[in-house]
Amino acid sequence: MNYISSDLKVVGTRPIRPDGVDKVTGRALFSADTRSAGMIWGKIKRSPHAHARIVSIDTSKAEALPGVRAVVTSADFPEISSEMAFVGEGPMNFRDLSDNIMARGKVLYEGHALAAVAATTQAIADEAIALIDVVYEVLPHVIDVDEAMRVDAPVLHADMFTTGVNPKPATPSNIAKVVTFKKGDIDAGFAAAEVIFEDSYTTKPVHQAYIEPHACLATYNPDGQVTIHASSQGHFMIRAYTAKLLGIDMANIRVNPAEIGGGFGGKTLIYLEPVAVALSRKSGKPVKMQMTREDVFRASGPTSGASVTVKLGAKKDGTIVAAQQVLKFQAGAYAGSPIGPGCMCGFAMYDIENIDVLGYDVVSNRPKVAAYRAPGAPISSFAVECAVDDLARMLGMDPLALREKNAAVNGTKTHYGPTHANIGYTQVLEATRAHPHWKAPLAEGHGRGLAVGFWFNIGGESSATVHVNEDGSVVVATGSPDVGGSRASMGMMAAEVLGIDISKVRATIADTASIGYTFVTGGSRVTFATGMAVTQATEKVVEQLKARAAQTWDIPVDAVEWRDGKAYPAGTNAGAFEPLDLAAIALKQARTGGPINSEVSINAQGAGAGFGAHICDVAVDKETGKVEIIRYTAIQDVGKAIHPSYVEGQIQGGAVQGIGWALSEEYIYNDKGLMENPGFLDYRCPVASDLPMIEAVLVEVPNPRHPFGARGVGEVPIIPPMAAISNAIKGATGLRMPDLPMSPPKVRAAMDAAL
Amino acid sequence: MPKVVLSSGSASLELTGGVTAFEVEATSFRRLILELEARFPGLGHQVEESMAVAIDGEIFQDAYGVELRPESEIVLIPKIGGG
Repeated sequence: MNYISSDLKVVGTRPIRPDGVDKVTGRALFSADTRSAGMIWGKIKRSPHAHARIVSIDTSKAEALPGVRAVVTSADFPEISSEMAFVGEGPMNFRDLSDNIMARGKVLYEGHALAAVAATTQAIADEAIALIDVVYEVLPHVIDVDEAMRVDAPVLHADMFTTGVNPKPATPSNIAKVVTFKKGDIDAGFAAAEVIFEDSYTTKPVHQAYIEPHACLATYNPDGQVTIHASSQGHFMIRAYTAKLLGIDMANIRVNPAEIGGGFGGKTLIYLEPVAVALSRKSGKPVKMQMTREDVFRASGPTSGASVTVKLGAKKDGTIVAAQQVLKFQAGAYAGSPIGPGCMCGFAMYDIENIDVLGYDVVSNRPKVAAYRAPGAPISSFAVECAVDDLARMLGMDPLALREKNAAVNGTKTHYGPTHANIGYTQVLEATRAHPHWKAPLAEGHGRGLAVGFWFNIGGESSATVHVNEDGSVVVATGSPDVGGSRASMGMMAAEVLGIDISKVRATIADTASIGYTFVTGGSRVTFATGMAVTQATEKVVEQLKARAAQTWDIPVDAVEWRDGKAYPAGTNAGAFEPLDLAAIALKQARTGGPINSEVSINAQGAGAGFGAHICDVAVDKETGKVEIIRYTAIQDVGKAIHPSYVEGQIQGGAVQGIGWALSEEYIYNDKGLMENPGFLDYRCPVASDLPMIEAVLVEVPNPRHPFGARGVGEVPIIPPMAAISNAIKGATGLRMPDLPMSPPKVRAAMDAAL
Repeated sequence: MPKVVLSSGSASLELTGGVTAFEVEATSFRRLILELEARFPGLGHQVEESMAVAIDGEIFQDAYGVELRPESEIVLIPKIGGG
């Protein structure tokens, strides 16, 4: 059923968040809060080198230390052949994943795990780690993506032969694959152009910077049953990876989802769980592991850094007739950067006849990258949106007018294949032009920047159950970890369908043994896909409620209608009965057939794409080069905001993370390939005092494929900020800052150079 | 007959011997995968494991039952995740 045009009473309101009290009182149970009787502590021995061959590992001294219960190395994990799978956020090679959690033969980055111990106390575990004697043969390393692509670069993997090129290379390199996307005739497009703009850009890897470090508690029982408590963006993902990496049947692993303290894509991979299970199996004890912040920075995925060029050709009237982009993405130590979506997103906001995009997936001696909001899109859009801004200056056009003139609309065929349908980009641009921020006068010395962004959004597999309690209250359970307010939105959709108050519905997250398979919480899929499953499950419950009322009244079920939380006779011919509410029906559920509940599992299709536009005003301190964000407005088509406060929060959070990416966040490596700023004091994320209020403007163009019109909202807002800020700096100083982060030293140096 | 277009350079072109567009007889997504595998060994498996398809403009990540019309255009693209 579709409720888009219905008179909604719950969806679209702002009830108090169901996880709020636990979180603000410190009662929420995150991974690190879990305990178990007899629990011991696991710690990981990590590589001090960026690239080295492991000559030997001697664990004898550590094993002999009193209090040590187990030591594991790669020898304790099955060797896994190269095998691709799609369990987390992207195609994953199980062999690489196994090697990433416990190095085999070589360490490929500083922080790479190569052994682990479990001991009765953390102090003993630390002491044991120090007693593990590793002999390394240090190898040349490479960090930068352009350097990693050179023919004389140190090669990380002897079996990596670039795919996507013809003929297939005869020698290995660090280029895992090449991808291309073409539309029209790029040469003819540039030949027809009257104005051509071209520039190069770089972005740095940035961490998802979730507040909660990775942690887990694993118990391997003597009967082979495994229980894991962990926070993640997908407990089914943890089960699948752990099962594969340890050779255990999924049925023997139960993963309990803990409250999650941020993920943003970075918790769609695993690092600790199989190690903790291996240590528990060897020691016979529950094993607790948790990363330090240093571990998080050194060993868990940031997103890619990149080197990008963009070339645009346009007519003098502003019609863009050719667009070309070359993207070189760092994948970290193993293949698998988000080069595909990076190549697909940069020009997806535009209707351009001739497009050519070339992408490289490149490994180097850094931690393996993990997904980060709209993986790949912020990088390609930073370059494209800066180039479009400069093209507008060359043409003497208003940057919004240039985007309006070339905007993708319903029916625009993208360069990667699909045709845009049911998109709200036109409405986003209209809202941008109408917004007071766009019209507000700028103060002396300030600059204003605009940038736009696109993300596909996805659907996928989701399961939901709806139970009617004996008193008529309702429990909704799903398999989707709640990273952005999904418990609220799931409960609200169920309440809307049932016609009851949200206070009567409690939404929970069920463990892997208690609900059907559910794909990870990522790609902004949960409100769309899991929400669809919840809606369908609730509709099934409504059908049962009608049937129970019909049975009670002894009339045909089609003579019963459900509205406002009650069963009514459908017209006078059905009989004169007092309406039955949920509580009344639930009270007699034993007499009418037993418990009332339903479960729905779906593979949701039809996710509606998202578009956004950000306006940013900055002031640049000419003494220090510091960029201050004066005003920031983020406008986005959200389909239908189920709980507008959470939607605004997603947009504000994404914008702030983008501001950090733009201005301050970067990994700083020394000449040995070692990270020098693995902590929040030196890896500078924006804090509240750095920021103005981020105004989120919700444009609601319903997605007709969702019962309430919802679109994913969490990816788009991180895409425009970097270019919006660079464009604003250009407006304030006349200088293009093409390299991220646009930190004070770089801005000051650029201003000095321009003198 | 439905037409398949390889938009991405990737490894798919190696499997098709450089062929970027061709017609198929399949009438559903599942039959398409089987036909791709039969004509270009490895391609069907690759599409199933790590790719999505855009059928007449709409992206499908996994959907055996989706029907193909005689005039359908199927574009093979990388599978899409998110953060």
